Amino acid sequence: MGKTLSEKVWDEHVVRSAEGEPDLLYIDLHLLHEVTSPQAFDGLRIAGRQVRRPDLTLATEDHNVPTLDWDKPIADPVSKTQVDTLRKNAAEFGVRLHPLGDIEQGIVHVVGPQLGLTQPGMTIVCGDSHTSTHGAFGAIAFGIGTSEVEHVLATQTLMQAKPKTMAVTVNGQLQPGVTAKDLILYLITQTGTGGGQGYIVEYRGEAIEALSMESRMTICNMSIEWGAKAGLIAPDETTFAYIEGKPEAPKGADWDAAVAHWKTLVTDADATFDKEIVIDAADVTPFVTWGTNPGQGAPLGANVPTPSDFEDEQDRIAAEKALEYMGLEAGQPLRSVKVDTVFVGSCTNGRIEDLRLAADIIKGHKVAEGTRLLVVPGSVRVRNQAMEEGLDKVFIEAGAEWRGAGCSMCLGMNPDTLKPQERSASTSNRNFEGRQGKGGRTHLVSIPVAAATAVKGTLASPADLV
Amino acid sequence: MEKFTSHTGTALPLRRSNVDTDQIIPAVYLKRVTRSGFEDGLFAAWRNDPEFVANKPEYQGVSVLVAGPDFGTGSSREHAVWALMDYGFKVVLSSRFADIFRGNSGKAGLLSVPVEQDVIEQLWDLIEADPTTQVTVDLEAKTVTAGDLVAPFEIDDYTRYRLLNGLDDIGITLGNEADIAAYEATRPSFKPVTQ
Repeated sequence: MGKTLSEKVWDEHVVRSAEGEPDLLYIDLHLLHEVTSPQAFDGLRIAGRQVRRPDLTLATEDHNVPTLDWDKPIADPVSKTQVDTLRKNAAEFGVRLHPLGDIEQGIVHVVGPQLGLTQPGMTIVCGDSHTSTHGAFGAIAFGIGTSEVEHVLATQTLMQAKPKTMAVTVNGQLQPGVTAKDLILYLITQTGTGGGQGYIVEYRGEAIEALSMESRMTICNMSIEWGAKAGLIAPDETTFAYIEGKPEAPKGADWDAAVAHWKTLVTDADATFDKEIVIDAADVTPFVTWGTNPGQGAPLGANVPTPSDFEDEQDRIAAEKALEYMGLEAGQPLRSVKVDTVFVGSCTNGRIEDLRLAADIIKGHKVAEGTRLLVVPGSVRVRNQAMEEGLDKVFIEAGAEWRGAGCSMCLGMNPDTLKPQERSASTSNRNFEGRQGKGGRTHLVSIPVAAATAVKGTLASPADLV
Repeated sequence: MEKFTSHTGTALPLRRSNVDTDQIIPAVYLKRVTRSGFEDGLFAAWRNDPEFVANKPEYQGVSVLVAGPDFGTGSSREHAVWALMDYGFKVVLSSRFADIFRGNSGKAGLLSVPVEQDVIEQLWDLIEADPTTQVTVDLEAKTVTAGDLVAPFEIDDYTRYRLLNGLDDIGITLGNEADIAAYEATRPSFKPVTQ
């Protein structure tokens, strides 16, 4: 019997396999950032261990970094200590670091792909759950905790039980104006936050094949929000074209050998998955969240749900708590929800195509009175590219704030936070209580909905601007 | 890591589903570079509310957390496990855990025990009726016991073996260094390097 894509990649990385034990899996690329690495380096020091493969390791600064005044010392002393600690550790252990101010600095999941380090058939880990982003290239990529970061630093391997396999097949084509973000939010609402638990998910089908690499990254990025171990997409010509010519892409004979291998990374016709979900792309419309987990979502055209309509008791209680926290009325049209801040950015939607799409919708409009629009590129390179294309001017003329690169308001570890009860429409990935600032209220949205909402001041789609 | 064989203590009934790691410890508490002292960030937003269950006098000194389904979703932050342990928890019970949280807890020595939701409901009722109820989680027998309730739980043999013996993963893996070196010798030249 044939193998699925994820089984092929997994099997290629098994260093050691024994009955009753997890597999020992080799890691091709280990990405580091300042938040989840300090205690891991400390562990190495205490045990007198080295980084086994600094040449398969890359660090950048993203979670804590300010998006204003980034050329000055970091004002928050605790954030500064954490960033300085990463710099010291990278120097001591010989790890390549792209610090604040460097042309390659940015959100770790934007940096890997833009450098061409993220390639098909790899295993990629990082102490960050959105490592699943890299699965868009046909890699097995997943987030790990700090103990595992230390394990990878010391051994370049991880002990992992082989997950089950799932296929999510998306037939047909997304409607015009409907994005990969709407699709993944729609899917998470169908499955709940635990629906993917224990599975590596392969996204496939006509609608997935039609997506750009950056849109595929948006899909794979949010695999973790429905509990999947990882999400991946078979590499194809779109993938190869995206990688070719990137700084760390294979060159010459290596390129030919790589592509020949990458072309084998597809699920065999006779392979079977442990579970399959089929979606019709035509059913997906602009989608937003109303609650406090990514599974609490609805079409933009719908109303805020009524908790008593939920059959499951836990779902009903969760909905009641969510509406109270979010300050929403059951039955209220989602389009009537007034938004204070719109955040465009994050590892979900902070790449150049996202900024182009946002600028295209904003162009010729003004940000609504009483609403602020924060545009935070995912990396310095994305920022520079946007400025070359004049996108910064479009945003600034509309009244938006054009910022430096980093995670920013996605999780508010830097000064970009919501105030208590402030409401955001956010292109990021988590609407958890307090995620964007204590007491802040988050609606997860796509780029078009974010841009239109900034102009209208209430949750909206571009169709509402005409 | 300390050995874990069995633990008995009083428990906190947390009647919430989808307790994500941002709720367990908000991002602003993650800025420490040390590995201790995270208890101040545990459930930080909820602990401002005097009515929050963990603030009630009858639930002080608890060491077993009984939570709703989908516990530990979201961010991979191991700080969530450290915050629970620093606060005094030895065990978390839920009908479903997020993968990364469960992995992290096993590495750090916090026992995450999956039991059916009806067992969770019975435990909530028992604990709320009598907050001094002693809950025993026996890793050798793979059972949870409280009052007359005895419920089995599943845990993979390898994690159980590691916890029972307090073994360090890195030490185990380095014992297989020859396998790692042999694997490395076979990696194709087109694989990328960072330096």
